[in-house]
Amino acid sequence: MRGYIPSYELRAPASLPSALALLEQEPGSWQPFAGGTDLMVLLEAGKLAHRHFLSLTKLPELRGIEVAPEAVTLGAMTTYTEIQRHPLLQAEFPLLCAAARETGSVATQNRGTLGGNIVNASPAADSPPALLVYDAELELLSARGTRRLPYRGFHTGYKQMLLVPGELVGRIRLPRRSAPWRQYYRKVGTRKAQAISKACFAGAARMEGGAIRDVRIALGSVAPIVVRAVKTEEALRGAKLTPETIAAANEALAKEISPIDDIRSTARYRLRVAQNLLEEFLQQLAQ
Amino acid sequence: MGEPVHKIGIACTVNGELRRFRAYPMARLLDVLREELHLTGTKEGCGEGECGACAVLMNGAMVTSCLVPAAEADGAEIRTIEGIATGGQLHAVQEAFLECGGAQCGICTPGMVIAALTLLERCSHPNDAEIREGLAGNLCRCTGYQKIFVAVVRACQPAGEGQPSIP
Repeated sequence: MRGYIPSYELRAPASLPSALALLEQEPGSWQPFAGGTDLMVLLEAGKLAHRHFLSLTKLPELRGIEVAPEAVTLGAMTTYTEIQRHPLLQAEFPLLCAAARETGSVATQNRGTLGGNIVNASPAADSPPALLVYDAELELLSARGTRRLPYRGFHTGYKQMLLVPGELVGRIRLPRRSAPWRQYYRKVGTRKAQAISKACFAGAARMEGGAIRDVRIALGSVAPIVVRAVKTEEALRGAKLTPETIAAANEALAKEISPIDDIRSTARYRLRVAQNLLEEFLQQLAQ
Repeated sequence: MGEPVHKIGIACTVNGELRRFRAYPMARLLDVLREELHLTGTKEGCGEGECGACAVLMNGAMVTSCLVPAAEADGAEIRTIEGIATGGQLHAVQEAFLECGGAQCGICTPGMVIAALTLLERCSHPNDAEIREGLAGNLCRCTGYQKIFVAVVRACQPAGEGQPSIP
């Protein structure tokens, strides 16, 4: 049953300092509200426990995609539609664009934001695997100042993260890579549109003389948080793409993910799909 | 439960007309459109952003109005299905839905029309895959997808051409 609407507050400060001041005033009492595509669903289900929300819609500091020689920086309120239409992101960060295209529907992509996807902290979120592959960094803002930290490690457990009361995710920084990387993204859900993933895979590799010089692999929906598959990467780094390499990588992957049975899928299916996606990624590298 | 908050004043342009009303900040735009502004063309399907029945245009972009809090509509420009025809003249997309039988029970139709308009605005001659993708966020509980698809194909054709066949 829907939550009791009159008990929910939603304020939209017109400036970043006033938003941060409100967050600081009563730490923990106000929670940020980005595109609302997850929170409004909880409200409808009567599961939105928090009552005081701070709409980030009117804060221009949290918008826009800034391109510099070293990195591309996205405001946390950048929508999925803005991401997939950006020419430089399409060229250099195709995994993020693919994730944006595959998240919900067009209407969801018009409202849903990258920052919201991170802070909602779902292990089934579609953009975090891409962020892990790209070694993204987060800029966290509060009335006390700004701090930067790698996105990897930001989520510490199911729905847990290194965001302290009073803090907002302000910007997401993606370092640009000079050498070309081969990239692969695939999400597997019940249907192609609208579905939340059963498993989702993002990978990138730099090839040299038929061997994998460097590689990044991350998966969603196969652990309590979106995971970077470092042991699988280790099994691949420096190796030629032989059947033995692929078998070793598949074995490493099985050891470092921990899929579960839930409403969307089963642990067994997820493991199998994750390994199939890894294999498809590696086969594409071999071509 | 928490202390009840107060209704707030909201001003937004709806179908070209400035409207002022009071609503709870987290009231759904869908309910405000239907109950405060009596624009009942926008339908409720799932209530969780999965079916597209409540789609409207907000500042030119399609949104599911069940997921938009009323407070965020303040200052926005909203277009609902009631604002698609101009001066009693149906939009070409609406004509095509009529002609091709692109509506059965009618619940999904307003959202389907909004989705089709959104697609054609960005891409005037979409291919089959683009049409399917453009409509992918809208569910038809009668499962009349094929005629809806044909209606969108029809809407892209110049007037006077024969009706497209079902692929």
